[in-house]
Amino acid sequence: MFENLQDKLQGVFQRLSSRGKLSEADVDAALREVRLALLEADVNFKVVKDFIGRVRERAVGVEVMQSLTPAQQVVKIVNEELIATLGEPARLNLDGPAPHVIMLVGLQGSGKTTTASKLALFLRKSNHRPLLVAADTRRPAAIEQLQVLGRQLDIPVHAEGTDVPPPQICANAIKKARQGAHDVIILDTAGRLHIDEALMDELAQVKAKTNPQEVLLVADAMTGQDAVRVAESFHQQVGLTGLILTKIDGDARGGAAISIRSVTGVPIKFLGTGERSGDLEKFHPDRMASRILGMGDILTLIERAESTLDQEKAQRAGERLLAGEFNLEDFLEQLGEVKKLGPMSQLLEMIPGMASMSRSLPPDLTDQQLRRVEAIINSMTLAERRNPKILNASRKRRVARGSGTTVQEVNQLLAQFRQMQRMMKQLRGGKGQRALANLLGGFR
Amino acid sequence: MFKSKQLRDSLARTRGSFFGQITGLFGASDINDDLWDDLEALLIQADVGVDTTLSLVERVKDRVAREGIVKASDAQRVLKEEMLSLLAADGSRPPSLDRKRLLTVVLVVGVNGSGKTTTIAKLAHYYRRQGQNVVLAATDTFRAAAIDQLKVWGERAGVTVIAHQPGADPGAVVFDAIKSSQARGATMVIVDTAGRLHTKYNLMKELEKIRSIAAKQVHEAPHETLLVLDATTGQNAISQARHFKKSVDVTGVVLAKLDGTAKGGVVFAIARELGVPVRFVGTGEGIEDLAEFDAETFVEGLFAG
Repeated sequence: MFENLQDKLQGVFQRLSSRGKLSEADVDAALREVRLALLEADVNFKVVKDFIGRVRERAVGVEVMQSLTPAQQVVKIVNEELIATLGEPARLNLDGPAPHVIMLVGLQGSGKTTTASKLALFLRKSNHRPLLVAADTRRPAAIEQLQVLGRQLDIPVHAEGTDVPPPQICANAIKKARQGAHDVIILDTAGRLHIDEALMDELAQVKAKTNPQEVLLVADAMTGQDAVRVAESFHQQVGLTGLILTKIDGDARGGAAISIRSVTGVPIKFLGTGERSGDLEKFHPDRMASRILGMGDILTLIERAESTLDQEKAQRAGERLLAGEFNLEDFLEQLGEVKKLGPMSQLLEMIPGMASMSRSLPPDLTDQQLRRVEAIINSMTLAERRNPKILNASRKRRVARGSGTTVQEVNQLLAQFRQMQRMMKQLRGGKGQRALANLLGGFR
Repeated sequence: MFKSKQLRDSLARTRGSFFGQITGLFGASDINDDLWDDLEALLIQADVGVDTTLSLVERVKDRVAREGIVKASDAQRVLKEEMLSLLAADGSRPPSLDRKRLLTVVLVVGVNGSGKTTTIAKLAHYYRRQGQNVVLAATDTFRAAAIDQLKVWGERAGVTVIAHQPGADPGAVVFDAIKSSQARGATMVIVDTAGRLHTKYNLMKELEKIRSIAAKQVHEAPHETLLVLDATTGQNAISQARHFKKSVDVTGVVLAKLDGTAKGGVVFAIARELGVPVRFVGTGEGIEDLAEFDAETFVEGLFAG
């Protein structure tokens, strides 16, 4: 597995000539690893071949920059080329006279209905009046599903049961939208196989009757090699204008994004990032590239931290930390904040190079340790938390008993805490300032 | 036998494209380097995955050298045997549903949109035809209208669906479904669970709870835990299988949506790395479109002209 392509390439280059220009042999050796990484990420075989060809052309003979190792230089080129292939994030096209029609198409189970409701919510937040249209007359209870979602979000749903042909339902919906002053109409069509001629024909009819401004392919981020053929068929038969990649909140590397982009050329418009209606995010090509290369997702981690953590509390804790007043009570509070971000194992996955480590740990372990730490601190009196120095043998025995741990574990925690305090003191001393700046600089 | 025919039919498209090409490759008399490259390319494009592909090709190469094989058609036979032995690696364990029980509990799990509910309808129909008295448990109380969807299928399959209100505790639904099955003398409960990504810690814990509730009520339950995999899924299916196996001890895979152009080649990797066998194959949207998986027919079908 390729947890970190850069580490892997570092190994390759240690065996090769190290400095100067990238030779053909250097590049080929490196690109073998890149090729495997892309295939592991489910990028289509033929797409990988083209991609590697392009990178090779760019990389051979390139001067290795002073500040970079050859491995970093190759990764830089690969990364740039990947980002270019993924393309710029695109907005929904809502130009021209209302009502605008957005048509969602895709295979069964790719997430069209959920995405329809997410889009509707997104549009209403940007001051539109969306109308959802239940055009899936095939899957049992698909209409009910959209109606329930519509009720939850308080967004109207146009439905005519399962007996009216979908092109008719969609055409009627446009009339209804005009009457109800809706400016965006979202068509939730039935999932279908790209080789099902009758159903693909039905899509073409829906398109002809509604003249949609956007025809978005909803595709599962976990899709394998077949993504190319699916996207090609839909593009040929209905004409796509964009892509929404769903279920990106799992651990799929999402190589399908590259495959689909390569064969259709349409931009990626949104990512589906969870089961809730708000879980629709903008697409960031740089993050997607890191993810496909298996290089962690530190930016998403930072973003999640920013949106989840209590900024004020963090600020206060930071100030106390620098003032040398940080005690176990503050520590407990911060622990609670970190836990909100999700299980430890998942957080580690997002940090470059840590994914393999987190996989080797039993998933419960790190979280279990956190719980023990919390239990220990909770078993202390307020005075003890504010001034751990007063913890003598008798107090420690009491804390251990109270938290179901041992005196050794209590000691371990106290030792770690003292170490942290010492580190903070050094940082305040100015000598550490630069170290901290460097550390933070690495994340930017 | 209807099941083999159905499986062969469903593979017709697969055969016509990729694996059909493998047969084409082997048709050309002698073994050379191009053959191995093309073979690798074709296996990878069938979602078999890099590791599994390389190990398969390596094993075939070894045997070709050792056994002094020169004809491409003989190499094909060797490849077929190696692929078969991968899938049959766990074949020693008989399907756990063969034993007679008062009440058999089948737990069906998988990620969102893999095809669990449709598969359950097909399973209900399949087992009902085998003389089982089937009850379905609707524990997907999260997704909008999931309960309605199962109820429609239940009606079509002619089986009872035990459900609570949307948002109810899934564990309570399982408890009730088993109690009610016992009361009405049903012989099988199939539990439909909410789709969940295998990386969601809390949702996987919920699944473990559902499983343990079943285990407390019926001896050795669940007797079968089926992971529904979308055949279009790529290498992530391995991660799915690994996580679900760890949480709820998956005993078999149902490969759904095999009627498209996707190959489902990732099941080779799942068999190789995790030893989880494929039990059924989903081949369409109809309630009859489910075939018992048979490794020999599967591999044979991939090569048939």
